[in-house]
Amino acid sequence: MVMRKQFINQLKELSKNVIKMGSIIELSTNEMIEALEDYDVAKAQAIIDRDMEVNLLEEQIERECINIIAQQQPLASDLREVTSIMKIITDIERIADQCADISEYIIQLSKLPRTEKPVRLEAMIDTTKGMVIDVIDAFVEKDLAKCERVIETDDIVDKHFNKIKQELADMMRANSDMVEQGICYVMIVKYLERMADHSTNIAEWVKFIVTGVLTIG
Amino acid sequence: MNNNSKFSVEDLDLFYGDFQALKKINMEIQEKEITALIGPSGCGKSTFLKTLNRMNDLVEGVTIKGKISLDGKDIFKEMDAISLRTRVGMVFQQPNPFPMSIYDNVAYGPRIHGITKKSVLDEIVERSLRQAAIWDEVKDKLKKSALAISGGQQQRLCIARTLAIEPEVILMDEPTSALDPISTLKIEDLAVELKKDYTIIMVTHNMQQAARISDKTAFFLVGEVVEFDSTENIFNNPKDIRTEEYITGRFG
Repeated sequence: MVMRKQFINQLKELSKNVIKMGSIIELSTNEMIEALEDYDVAKAQAIIDRDMEVNLLEEQIERECINIIAQQQPLASDLREVTSIMKIITDIERIADQCADISEYIIQLSKLPRTEKPVRLEAMIDTTKGMVIDVIDAFVEKDLAKCERVIETDDIVDKHFNKIKQELADMMRANSDMVEQGICYVMIVKYLERMADHSTNIAEWVKFIVTGVLTIG
Repeated sequence: MNNNSKFSVEDLDLFYGDFQALKKINMEIQEKEITALIGPSGCGKSTFLKTLNRMNDLVEGVTIKGKISLDGKDIFKEMDAISLRTRVGMVFQQPNPFPMSIYDNVAYGPRIHGITKKSVLDEIVERSLRQAAIWDEVKDKLKKSALAISGGQQQRLCIARTLAIEPEVILMDEPTSALDPISTLKIEDLAVELKKDYTIIMVTHNMQQAARISDKTAFFLVGEVVEFDSTENIFNNPKDIRTEEYITGRFG
C-alpha cells in the first residue's frame, strides 16, 4: 500500500522544479557559448533577462522546502533530499548569476576592438558546460559515478583557469591596447571557474542524498 | 558487557504460548541516556519494555529465554521482582494516579517501603514533585485529589510517584500519547532533565519525539530489533531499508 501520497507528490513536485531550474542553466550555459562565439549581444541579453526566472524558481522551491519541513517533518532520505535541495538551488542560482555576469562581459567585449580569444578558452568552456550538464543529470538519476566525475573534472577547469590567466597577463603586457579586453576575459574565466565550483558543490550534495555521508568541505 | 551498560540483553526470546513476541534481542542500554523504542503496533517494543522490569512474569503462558542483566546481575536469576521494580520504575501511557491526594500518591511508594516519618515523607514528596517539574503547580493543593488535576499534570505526578522510590531506570510506555502538545513538550523536557540522574527507556509512536530527545533508538519489527544505533544515525541515515521505510512513512 502506498502511504503518504500527499507527501510523495510534494517531493515529486519539488524535484521537478529543481530539474526545471537545472534545465534553465543548461540552456543559459549553451547560449552563453554561442553568444561568446561572435559577441552576440541579443543572446547575451536574453541570458541576463532569464536570470530573474531562476531567482523566482529558487524562491518558490525554498518556500516548498519550508512547507514540507513544517507539514511533513521529513526524515532519513526524505530529510536529506529536502535539506540538500535547499543547498543545491543556491548553487544553481549562483551558476545562473555567473552566466548573466559572463553575458555582461560579452556585451562589453562586443563594443571593443576584436582580439584573439585565449587559446584554452574553448576547452575551459566545454569542460565547465559538461560539468553543469553532468551534475543536473546526476541529481535526476542520483548517479554517484557522475558526481565523482564532476568533482574530478573541477581540477581540469582550475588548470585551464590558471593557464588562461597567465596567457592573458602575457597578452596584456605585450599589448597595452588590449588591456580592457584582457580584463573582460579574466572576469569571464573567473566566472567559469566559479561555475565549476558550484557544480562541484551540487555533486557533493547529491552524494549526500544518496549515501547520507556528509563530505562537503 | 559494555562498561556503561545499565541493561545488557542477550539472546532474549519471549513467547506468549506458541507465539513468539520477541526474537533473539541483543541490546546494550547505556546508563544515563534516553533509549527510544520505535516500531509499528504489535512489533514487540512494549513487551520488551515490560520484560525489563519483569511485568510479563505474571502473564499466563509466557516463556522467556535468554538473559537480561541490570548492572551485571541477572534480573531473572539473581533478583526478585520487587527489588528489581524498586530500581526500575515505570510510567504508563494513560496517566494512572491513585484515587487519593496528590501528596499520598507520591508518598505511596516510600510508605510501602516503610517510611512513616512525616518530615521525611514531606521532603520526598517535595523533591519528587520538583524533579517532575510539577511542584509549583500543585504545592498549594497537595491534599486535593490527584484526579482533579489535568492529564498532563497527572502524568508528571505519576513520574513524581515513580521518582519517589528513587529508581535508577525509568521505563516509559508512550508517556505522552494521551497528552496535548504542550504537556507533551513538558514531559519531553522533563525526560531530558531526568537523564542526568536516571536511565530512561521510552516506547514512543511519535517519531519526532524519539528524534528530539533520545540518544539511542531501536527499531522493532515483528519481534526483532532491526536496527539499534545512535538516534542521529537512525533518523538521518538508517542502514536498513525497513527502518528507512518505517520512519519515512512508506511502510504500510
